[in-house]
Amino acid sequence: MALTVQDVARLADLARIELSEEELARLAPQLDVILTAVASVADVAGQDVPPTSHPVRLENVYRIDETRPSWPAEAMLAGAPAVEDDHFRVPRILDEEA
Amino acid sequence: MNGLDELLDYDEVMATHDVVIGLEVHVELDTKSKMWCGCSTDFGAAPNSHTCPVCLGLPGSLPVVNRTAVESAIRIGLSLGCQIAEWCRFARKNYFYPDMTKNYQISQYDEPLCFDGEVVIVVDGQPQVIPIERVHMEEDAGKTSHVGGAGRIQGADYSLLDYNRAGVPLMEIVTKPVLGTGTKAPEVAREYMAFLRELMRALGVSQARMERGNMRCDANVSLMPKGSDELGTRTETKNINSLKSVEAALRYEICRQGAVLKRGGRVVQETRMWHEEGYTTAGRSKETAEDYRYFPEPDLVPVAPSREWVAQLRATLPEPPAERRIRLQAEWGFTDLEMRDVNGNEGAIDLIEQTVSAGAAAASARKWWLTELARRANEAGIGLDEVGISPAQVAALQSLVDDGTLTDNLARQVIDGVLAGEGEPADVVAARGLAVVSDEGALAQAVDAAIAANPAIAQKVRDGKVQAAGALIGAVMKAMKGRADAARVRELVLEKLS
Ligand SMILES: [Zn+2]
Repeated sequence: MALTVQDVARLADLARIELSEEELARLAPQLDVILTAVASVADVAGQDVPPTSHPVRLENVYRIDETRPSWPAEAMLAGAPAVEDDHFRVPRILDEEA
Repeated sequence: MNGLDELLDYDEVMATHDVVIGLEVHVELDTKSKMWCGCSTDFGAAPNSHTCPVCLGLPGSLPVVNRTAVESAIRIGLSLGCQIAEWCRFARKNYFYPDMTKNYQISQYDEPLCFDGEVVIVVDGQPQVIPIERVHMEEDAGKTSHVGGAGRIQGADYSLLDYNRAGVPLMEIVTKPVLGTGTKAPEVAREYMAFLRELMRALGVSQARMERGNMRCDANVSLMPKGSDELGTRTETKNINSLKSVEAALRYEICRQGAVLKRGGRVVQETRMWHEEGYTTAGRSKETAEDYRYFPEPDLVPVAPSREWVAQLRATLPEPPAERRIRLQAEWGFTDLEMRDVNGNEGAIDLIEQTVSAGAAAASARKWWLTELARRANEAGIGLDEVGISPAQVAALQSLVDDGTLTDNLARQVIDGVLAGEGEPADVVAARGLAVVSDEGALAQAVDAAIAANPAIAQKVRDGKVQAAGALIGAVMKAMKGRADAARVRELVLEKLS
């Protein structure tokens, strides 16, 4: 199941990343190599190995419902590329439902 | 674009088609802290002041599940007759939109915490089964405001993000297709929402205020030709933010789809946005479930509620709201009409119950909350529980009426004082000098003065025209600034003129 240029174009679209035809043509095979490498794990995992989402067997780890101080808004906004009135400012969002 | 859809008459659609609806309701929980971090969930704080590396999804931060949120989810599930999973995981729902900084929402996918439930609600006196597919846990998103372009996405220059709500525990309650609603699908949807709102409050897990976005509804609707058992193509209407809108949006979609089918067209499976002006428009959401690329959330360990814990939580469930209403109506001796009035006023049943436990008679408690206080709440556009007087204060007020200290009119002035922050009803009575004058000497004097000032009217009463006494009673009440018992004044007037 090789990754096609169309698959990558669709993913790029979902991720709001603009890729040119050349970039798609170059990236698709590269990403396919990575996927194939990861998929090789399946070759070693036999029927006796259950699918594993969590490497460490742990369950029911909870927090008590108590508030803890948040970080100052200035600190949280400090890493933002653009800020206005204590809000994160982002470019306009196109092609979405109103 | 806006409301230009062709609509078929509702009754005409009903004559040829059955309606199938499905409702997805999101409820924000009232926990103190967020779902995965200790940030406060308080509403209305300064922008981004309730954020931290976890709820902003900064690299290196790790979420930890809020135990109370899981408890609330289980209690909701049990109240809806659901099974509780013995083991389930969270899942990442990947999407790229600035209301989530992580580029994914932590949700649940094919392993919901609660599943396969059923509730029965009553619509116009008829029972209606609502089968429940699932209740799952997830997190709310941040709030986006669009700048420029009249605040709408299209044409906006840019958008501003406040992440105070990002990470607030959110429950998604999904029905299976609801069948057998006859001609009443919109009413059923509305009643179901009202039922959920009441249930959330009874459980104490959410205020479920739709106007604040605590509870939101996405409604699926499809039409099925009568006699067929094949489900039609459905649309999903989003952005429904009030009980009234649930009903109106479904009615609109039914009439719109009816018109499409009548002219031989095909209903397009799509997301539609509800507009408060009374119509839906096609949304442009492109993602399908596959596009979300769900996978198990590696940062959170599975939830495996022990059966003991589930049993303990089951023991904490409150009396079901519908049963409670029936019980209280009997206890209070209210007629069906009176009780409908109580049920029609949000929060009234709780306030009346608390007022009764504070010592007032049920009829008096109902009278204050549903007339004077409901009027003030309506005028101010606030909830009955936000008027600014407590059930205990209403009970204290009524006891001042009962012991003759206040008339109803004076009691209204006392309410003014309580709402103005002048203290308890007794304090207001003292400070404003509002108590009924029970000094018979002073009353007699005022009656004499009124008779002396209105000799012609007095003569009519003497001649037997008792109804003329009203003017004299009015004069006395005015002279006493309302601080007299009108019935007693009437007695005195008639006594003196007999
Ligand atoms: Zn946080």
